Amino acid sequence: MDTTGTLFMPSGASTISGEVDAVFNFILIAGSIIFAIVVGLIIFFSVRYRRRDKPGLTSGISHNLKLELTWTIIPVILVFFAFYFGFKTYLKMSIVPGNAIEIKATGQKWFWSFDYPEGVTTVNELVVPVDQPVKVLLSSQDVIHSFFVPNFRIKMDVLPNRYTVTWFEAHQKGEYNLFCAEYCGTEHSEMVGKVRVVSESEYQNWLEESSTAGEGMTPAEYGAKLYISKSCNTCHSIDGTAGNGPSFKNIFGKTEKFADGSQAVVDENYLRESILEPANKIVAGYQNIMPTYQGLVKDREIDALIAYMKTLSNEQQ
Amino acid sequence: MNTIESPNYMNAKKGILSWLFTLDHKRIGILYLIGIMAAFALGGILAMLIRMELIHPGQDIMDADTYNQVFTLHGAVMIFLFIIPSIPAALGNFFLPIMIGARDVAFPKLNLASWWIFIGGSLFAVFSMYAGAVDTGWTFYTPYSTKTGTAVISMTLGVFILGFSSIFTGLNFIVTIHKLRAPGLTWYKLPLFVWGLYATAIIQVLATPVLGMTLILLILERVFQIGIFDPAMGGDPVLFQHFFWFYSHPAVYIMILPGMGIISELISVFAHKKIFGYKAIAYSSLAIAFISFLVWGHHMFVSGQSEIAAMIFSFLTFLVGIPSGIKVFNWLTTLYKGSITFETPMLYALSFLFLFTIGGLTGIFLGALATDVHLHDTYFVVAHFHYVMVGGTVMAFMGGLHYWWPKMFGRMYNEKWAKFAALLIFVGFNITFFTQFILGSQGMPRRYYNYLDQYQPLHAFSSYGSWILGLGFLIAFIYLFYAAFKGRPAGRNPWGALTFEWETPSPPPTENFDKDPVLRHEPYDYDKVLVERTYPEK
Amino acid sequence: MNHKEGHPEFLAHHFAEPEQQHESAKFGMWVFLLTEILLFGGLFLAYTVFRSWNPDMFYNAHLALDRTLGAVNTVVLITSSLTMALAIRSIQLNRKKHSMYFLIATLVFAAVFLVIKYFEYSHKIHLGQLPGKYYTYTGIEGNNPHIFFGIYFAMTGLHGVHVIAGMIIISWILIRASRNHFSHEYYTPMEMTGLYWHLVDLIWIFLFPLFYLIG
Ligand code: HEA
Ligand code: HEA
Ligand code: HEC
Ligand code: CUA
Ligand SMILES: [Cu+2]
Repeated sequence: MDTTGTLFMPSGASTISGEVDAVFNFILIAGSIIFAIVVGLIIFFSVRYRRRDKPGLTSGISHNLKLELTWTIIPVILVFFAFYFGFKTYLKMSIVPGNAIEIKATGQKWFWSFDYPEGVTTVNELVVPVDQPVKVLLSSQDVIHSFFVPNFRIKMDVLPNRYTVTWFEAHQKGEYNLFCAEYCGTEHSEMVGKVRVVSESEYQNWLEESSTAGEGMTPAEYGAKLYISKSCNTCHSIDGTAGNGPSFKNIFGKTEKFADGSQAVVDENYLRESILEPANKIVAGYQNIMPTYQGLVKDREIDALIAYMKTLSNEQQ
Repeated sequence: MNTIESPNYMNAKKGILSWLFTLDHKRIGILYLIGIMAAFALGGILAMLIRMELIHPGQDIMDADTYNQVFTLHGAVMIFLFIIPSIPAALGNFFLPIMIGARDVAFPKLNLASWWIFIGGSLFAVFSMYAGAVDTGWTFYTPYSTKTGTAVISMTLGVFILGFSSIFTGLNFIVTIHKLRAPGLTWYKLPLFVWGLYATAIIQVLATPVLGMTLILLILERVFQIGIFDPAMGGDPVLFQHFFWFYSHPAVYIMILPGMGIISELISVFAHKKIFGYKAIAYSSLAIAFISFLVWGHHMFVSGQSEIAAMIFSFLTFLVGIPSGIKVFNWLTTLYKGSITFETPMLYALSFLFLFTIGGLTGIFLGALATDVHLHDTYFVVAHFHYVMVGGTVMAFMGGLHYWWPKMFGRMYNEKWAKFAALLIFVGFNITFFTQFILGSQGMPRRYYNYLDQYQPLHAFSSYGSWILGLGFLIAFIYLFYAAFKGRPAGRNPWGALTFEWETPSPPPTENFDKDPVLRHEPYDYDKVLVERTYPEK
Repeated sequence: MNHKEGHPEFLAHHFAEPEQQHESAKFGMWVFLLTEILLFGGLFLAYTVFRSWNPDMFYNAHLALDRTLGAVNTVVLITSSLTMALAIRSIQLNRKKHSMYFLIATLVFAAVFLVIKYFEYSHKIHLGQLPGKYYTYTGIEGNNPHIFFGIYFAMTGLHGVHVIAGMIIISWILIRASRNHFSHEYYTPMEMTGLYWHLVDLIWIFLFPLFYLIG
């Protein structure tokens, strides 16, 4: 459990988290008082007015205008405050500050990808500078997902064929969980990413590195990194166990059977096609659930992935 | 010594067919009771599987797809097969006519038809388990539900058919209450359970057709791809959410209003005191029914609706809390200066007060915009709705079941076992679901098969609680079942209550009363009338 | 309970008097009609939403419907409502024969309505003016005209199902009338059928302008 937050709320790391917590605590305290009164009265009356002897006639009181007005008006006032605080903070959460940097986030079954204006693309990892408003422009490739960062207290549904927006300004460096909060199928609970909040200079360095990623590594080493960072690993194992997709172990050079009965030998072209147009040939025994990586991986990255897959196959040479 | 009077509705005619084609509202009530108990057992077993799987992160007893099907079926079965018909169709059917001094509901054939429709719809829904199960969640959100490869059609068709059963019950009740009240039984002399059923029936009749239409459109979308909900074809998936919640928000009050009606009866009978604020309780039911049609958008605060819409929905949501509060405070005040006894029905009524207040107040966190953004689709919501549905409706249902069991079967259950089971249920419930408030506000999303390690302790705690809870229900069903056949005869009026049903023999004769009932006093006149209990407390 | 004596045959055991039974049936029927209106209400709402999103497309698409046939059908259905009312009037005056003739006339008009609808439908199917993915027609400008036809078929289809249901019920009433079940004292089922039939008519009176006239 995250121990820096309260019993209920996880630690707050964005500029609005404090305000949301204030609304939460207001309702929590007011609610607890009301609850205490209710339970207190149940217990008190139960003890005080329990039947001690033979049943008899009891008091016939059935009205008391003052009392009834009290328990109508006080709750009205309380909910009015709860409404007002909730709405005020919500407005703040909806209005994006003008100086925000904009990052495009795409949800698809079952991972997140982020496009930076600088041309960098990441999967399941959103890196942002601290103390800087960030506008996230959300859209989905398939069904509805929802972008949820508990520590920032933000959540926004991600819809197909439409853009939605959320924003945050992190004021605390660190690594925070990103969840998909709208049910989206088999791997809904694996659609989990990270938000990494770093200092402005680290951010610039990271952007720099990312746009020149892979330099100084062999293609296979780079491919191994991409295998993780592009989330291939959520569906494909490298040890031979079948996941949602076929394992990459010994993939290169083997003869693959397809759902339509045809077959083919796995070569570079086939691998490339499988990454960009996975729906073209469906491996027998699997479903057509792999997303297309068109636009998410550059040619250089495909080459690296293929090089990596080759190293997983002992038949290749 | 009390005896079982004969002939009564149970032994008047013999043979299974005399039950399956009966027009007697009491027998139909029993048929419904059997149906919904089966549904509850099925839904409960599925719930146990959910909790088993969630005891650790990763795979324990099933894979992700199976898990998704299990929680979908759990939700759909509990909502559409169990809780919506539960109180109205089972207890309401049995007692509404008797409580207003009528011989039957207005349309007995329609009543029987509604049971058969219920069975038909349930079979479709259960059939979808074999036909590949459904993995959409009980909310059937598009576009997921139009794309997934599972048996969405047979499930939605089942729910569509069940809707008619619900509409017919509601229609029957409205007409019965308007036209068949005993002479002299004016609106303000009706038992509050009847008011609760009346407000419920209005929602059933007004909201269910919209759900029916929504499901038809969903089916058309799946079969013909007409494109209404498909963004790629110019449609809008969020439109589906609007349609769905336009029914399903009022539906949550279909679930709670009859329960609140039962609580009004129980509190007054066992506090042995005139109900406080009769009219306030009666009208607040209608107020809730009315406002419930205007708040559906609070399920969609983060689905991209405009700020104005969110503001209005949030505001109206809070208004619903006020009439509910009025009821709670009226019940509390009824206890004041009472002569309270604590038989099992009363224990359930007090559990209801405790748990429903928690459930309702946590609804306020969800109705407030800023906090809902954080809490939406987390276990906080799961905890909220189990507190209102299980802590509210199921507690009221259990209370009503124990209260009226001696009337339905003429026999009393074992009070010791009953108290023990009630205790297990209360404790187990709180362990299971209070932990989920913490999980949810800590950020644990719902419908998650797998979760991060940091949530493990609370999940495990919740799972242990569910075993206590399940055991409590199991015990309750065993002794109730036993009591229906072997319990000691309870006599006409085991609790010394004043509504009509206690004036007739237990079990009642086929035409409900041996002579036409005459109104001698109002339902809660414990300040004027004292009736001997036929099954006195020890 | 001695409600056996003076208890007419048609009076169910749980009602005290015919008046109460009649009132209950009528009230129940009105509530039922309300649910029907709400059932269609969902579709009217979908119509409104999509129309407001695509006003031009709705206008262009509605030109594809045949106004003349629509108008004829409107007249046919209104006439059938009239004959239905006359059937009830006749039984109130104890003219069983007349009542049956009027019921038959109602059935005939309903059938004519369906035949005309059949011709409209088959023409559209022929042209490929169909809902969703079956839409193949190319002559209509605007975004997603298939949605117009999706809603058109859903609404007129559901209405058609109601017409067919109505015909079944009217036939049943006709049979009961021929067996002398009804008289000026008791004709509740026929009256209820009439109410239902008027609603089916009324819904069409909304559908006609929405689809054929203003698009
Ligand atoms: C029996 C069913 C039932 C009942 C009665 C309620 C009652 C209420 N519900 Fe709940 N709700 C559900 C069943 C129910 N709900 C379900 C099933 C879902 C989730 C569906 C899904 O997504 O799967 C849900 C979800 C849900 C949401 C959406 C959450 C989300 O997904 O983000 C919201 C948001 O506003 C909400 C609010 C409320 C409120 C304000 C009430 C109020 O009516 C509560 C009123 C009661 C009280 C407030 C307590 C008593 C009052 C007092 C003691 C007086 C003092 C009070 C004040 C000062 C306020 N509910
Ligand atoms: C009335 C409604 C109702 C009821 C009573 C319950 C009861 C329970 N529910 Fe459920 N639940 C829902 C409605 C309900 N639920 C809904 C709508 C959802 C959302 C689904 C979705 O997301 O789509 C949900 C989701 C849900 C989840 C979240 C799943 C997820 O998001 O991943 C969990 C997890 O703990 C859960 C647990 C439980 C438990 C432990 C019980 C326990 O209270 C159950 C206890 C009962 C029993 C154990 C039965 C015992 C009885 C017998 C054994 C009787 C035998 C009798 C005879 C043979 C006559 N439920
Ligand atoms: C959501 C799950 C998922 C993700 C993520 C995923 N895949 Fe797949 N993949 C599948 C499935 C399922 C199949 C089998 C069906 C098919 O052929 O489309 C498959 C098939 C393949 C194949 C063909 C395998 C064979 O045995 O013929 C290759 C190559 C492949 N994927 C590469 C990748 C790469 C590289 C990535 C990451 C950049 C990736 N996949 C990400 C699910 C996924
Ligand atoms: Cu994506 Cu859940
Ligand atoms: Cu709601």
